[in-house]
Amino acid sequence: MNLEYFVFGVMFVMALGASLAMLFARNAVHAALFLVVTQVALALGFLLQGAFFVAAVQIILYAGAIMVLFLFVIMLLGVDTREALIDPLPGQRPLAIGLGGLLAAEILWVAVRGVELAAGGEDQATALTELNQNPGNVKALAAELFSRYLLPFEATSVLLVVAIVGVMVLARRIGRVPNTGTGAESASGSDKEGAAA
Amino acid sequence: MSVPPGYYLALAGLMFSVGVVGALTRRNAIVIFMFIELMLNAINLIFVTFSRMWGHVDGQILVFFVLVVAAAEVVVGLAIILVISRRRGTANVDDVSLLKW
Repeated sequence: MNLEYFVFGVMFVMALGASLAMLFARNAVHAALFLVVTQVALALGFLLQGAFFVAAVQIILYAGAIMVLFLFVIMLLGVDTREALIDPLPGQRPLAIGLGGLLAAEILWVAVRGVELAAGGEDQATALTELNQNPGNVKALAAELFSRYLLPFEATSVLLVVAIVGVMVLARRIGRVPNTGTGAESASGSDKEGAAA
Repeated sequence: MSVPPGYYLALAGLMFSVGVVGALTRRNAIVIFMFIELMLNAINLIFVTFSRMWGHVDGQILVFFVLVVAAAEVVVGLAIILVISRRRGTANVDDVSLLKW
């Protein structure tokens, strides 16, 4: 179908152009906004490949929640902190660009060769389309996630709880206990300071 | 005739390389985190492409796990950056050389 190629082309240019623009953006806020464009383009690519639920989650979670978190921290630290242009390590920048180009060439070669080697990969694409039609994308995902992937799913919830507790420990201000009175509170405050030291 | 999977893989590879170059060249810790996010996004595209190639939804489920790990990593990382910049007044990775020998 010709339309699919057109949409893919738009998606390709959007994703790659925005990520390259991110590379050249001097301002951190501009980089964050270009990253949002990249993620929306990728959601388009997920839609093209029949991953409907993943596309919705990508928009809601990545382009919504995580990027808002990024922007929040950028605003908290101050927008006009200029990035230093001096290199403490001489030649790091050209070396990084050269190695990145090499990596891109390698990945492209592997992608082209690997798809050639994976014979019949195109035939399987209809299987996913049927799966999307018969139980539906969300149903198929849920059936897999809550049966075969149940243990990793639970481990994921543990990971999230650990992350939340860790962030709370990291982000609290040590030694600034409001002195609203009783001895017990100040004792606990000095206790905290002792633990931190 | 749909777009062959190799095109998607090529796009994901290019995006991953851009992420690597960005993470190696930039100096602002938050921007470095953004490039790590870009790399994780490229991996997600690869997972979805493989999911279509093999006709399973397993790749799409792995995308969820990558998402959760990315969210946890971003939250903890940004908290660390916040604490560092609160103590030292900078988010520049060159200025944080406390563990340097």
